[in-house]
Amino acid sequence: MTLLKVENLSKEFGGVHAVEDLTFSVEPGHIHSIIGPNGAGKTTLFNLITGVYTPSAGRVLFQDRLVSGLKPYELAAMGMSRTFQNLQIFFNMQAIENVMVGAHLHLNRGFLSSFLRLPAVVRGDRECRARCTELMEFVGLAKYLDADAASMPYGALKRLEIARALAAKPKMLLLDEPAAGLNATESREIDEVIKRVAASGITVVLVEHDMKMVMGISDHITALDYGRKLAEGTPAEVRANPDVVKAYLGAHA
Amino acid sequence: MALLAIVVAAAPIGFTNSYFYDVGVNAMFNAIVCVGLNLLIGYAGQISLGHAGFFALGAYGSALLTTMYNVPPIGALTISALVVGLLAFVVGRPILKLKGHYLAMATLGIGIIIHIVLKTESKFTGGPDGMSLDNFKMLGFTVMGDRMWYWVAGVLLILAVWLALNLIDSPVGRALRAVHGSEVGAEVVGVDTSSYKVLVFVVSAVFASVVGSLFAHKNGFITPDIGSFFGSVHLVTMVVLGGMASVFGAVVGAVILTLLPQVLASVEQYEAMILGVIMMGTMIFMPKGLLPSLLAKLKSREAGR
Ligand SMILES: Nc1ncnc2c1ncn2[C@@H]1O[C@H](COP(=O)(O)OP(=O)(O)O)[C@@H](O)[C@H]1O
Ligand SMILES: [Mg+2]
Repeated sequence: MTLLKVENLSKEFGGVHAVEDLTFSVEPGHIHSIIGPNGAGKTTLFNLITGVYTPSAGRVLFQDRLVSGLKPYELAAMGMSRTFQNLQIFFNMQAIENVMVGAHLHLNRGFLSSFLRLPAVVRGDRECRARCTELMEFVGLAKYLDADAASMPYGALKRLEIARALAAKPKMLLLDEPAAGLNATESREIDEVIKRVAASGITVVLVEHDMKMVMGISDHITALDYGRKLAEGTPAEVRANPDVVKAYLGAHA
Repeated sequence: MALLAIVVAAAPIGFTNSYFYDVGVNAMFNAIVCVGLNLLIGYAGQISLGHAGFFALGAYGSALLTTMYNVPPIGALTISALVVGLLAFVVGRPILKLKGHYLAMATLGIGIIIHIVLKTESKFTGGPDGMSLDNFKMLGFTVMGDRMWYWVAGVLLILAVWLALNLIDSPVGRALRAVHGSEVGAEVVGVDTSSYKVLVFVVSAVFASVVGSLFAHKNGFITPDIGSFFGSVHLVTMVVLGGMASVFGAVVGAVILTLLPQVLASVEQYEAMILGVIMMGTMIFMPKGLLPSLLAKLKSREAGR
């Protein structure tokens, strides 16, 4: 079964076709990368898939259910989770609390039980904190367990978003440029984290400019240019595609 | 929390007459409203310039129900709180979609409408002349006199602080704070941000309404001006001064700004101006508010050792 289907999807911003008539699908268990030069529409595509934007045309199916028009929180409940290229951290909270918000859907969210701090809430929070600690360690944030999010460096915040997204226990994780702004060592660590996430059975949709990383870990690649699909296939196929070569050379020239 | 209980219990040692108790009760009433309002402003990052309106509705609800319909005070308080909660829910749905200045203006509008209605519906409310009502009676027991009110208010304040602290450190509270931190960040992990905003708006309105009911009984007489725009600004200033996103900060802010006019009784005509100066000074010199700024200073001094 295909996990995600994007069909003839378009998004227009006052005349700018950020995404145009785009069709592709993501198979479960894959690491599926979306590549393309800046402004190609990758982030817009993520926003369309996760319900942050509503499409101008076309539709999105997740697990064969039509999901375009649903709110992000409804999609999260269906098993979609993501990170942001421009960080969306809760800077008013501790790092681990950021991750705990990620587990929101799996906690007792009754208002009265929270207000009265019933034993079930205390227990749930204790277990949640333990699991979120593990997640922070998993993404390499062990030394920030007691930190305020506002005191953390950029590279750590990128990982914090991954930990938060994982806390939601997604079926599909969308990562928007997780390695952007990181140094080579940090990039390699993120690379490792992504592989382990995929190995744990979570489907990963990845937007990344680091071509070495993309070619190394992807099962499938979709290349975009000006909101349209330029090419798709295995890393070897996409790398050999003359249009891709041209677009990339063009972008770099 | 224990410290708060000790302060509440020990303060009367310095009270030489019932006037002190009266001021103390008002300070604690304001503190309870501010603890609720701070959940909305400080934690969830929303704003309301209309909360004195909800306070006044609680007060008038109790006055109307007890005097005209002979409802027992606790029943009147509960019904008023439910109605105010429902009202906050109904108006909160559309207006909490607004952000920043627009939300401020919309809540300001609500406060003003409530104030005008109380003033003009004189058939029920007595108009600008106000309404009087009886003591608070419950289970054959009557709360009267400033001393007794002081202890009632003290217990309720501690209860309010306890509830607020519980909430903040819970899944619901973290979701509320996440709404403040990043709405889209909260949404994509499953937080229905609009519902949480409405929830905290309703909770803070109910806090204000309950205190309004009690205030009405304690005072024995109310006028529409308890719901004025100035009242709402007063409340917000208390929260901002004491410390946004700090439960105890809200209490400190409320106490300071309730005591201040007593201390400055001789320059009463400048009260609004002084309030403005305090607000501006806080925003400029300690945007996190008094208590959080002081705590941060203490922490850094300790770390410096
Ligand atoms: N909210 C928006 N409003 C207007 N234009 C937008 C918006 N978001 C993206 N765009 C435009 O859409 C195009 C694609 O942007 P984006 O999806 O961010 O590309 P990428 O992530 O591939 O760099 C760009 O031309 C960008 O300026
Ligand atoms: Mg982008």
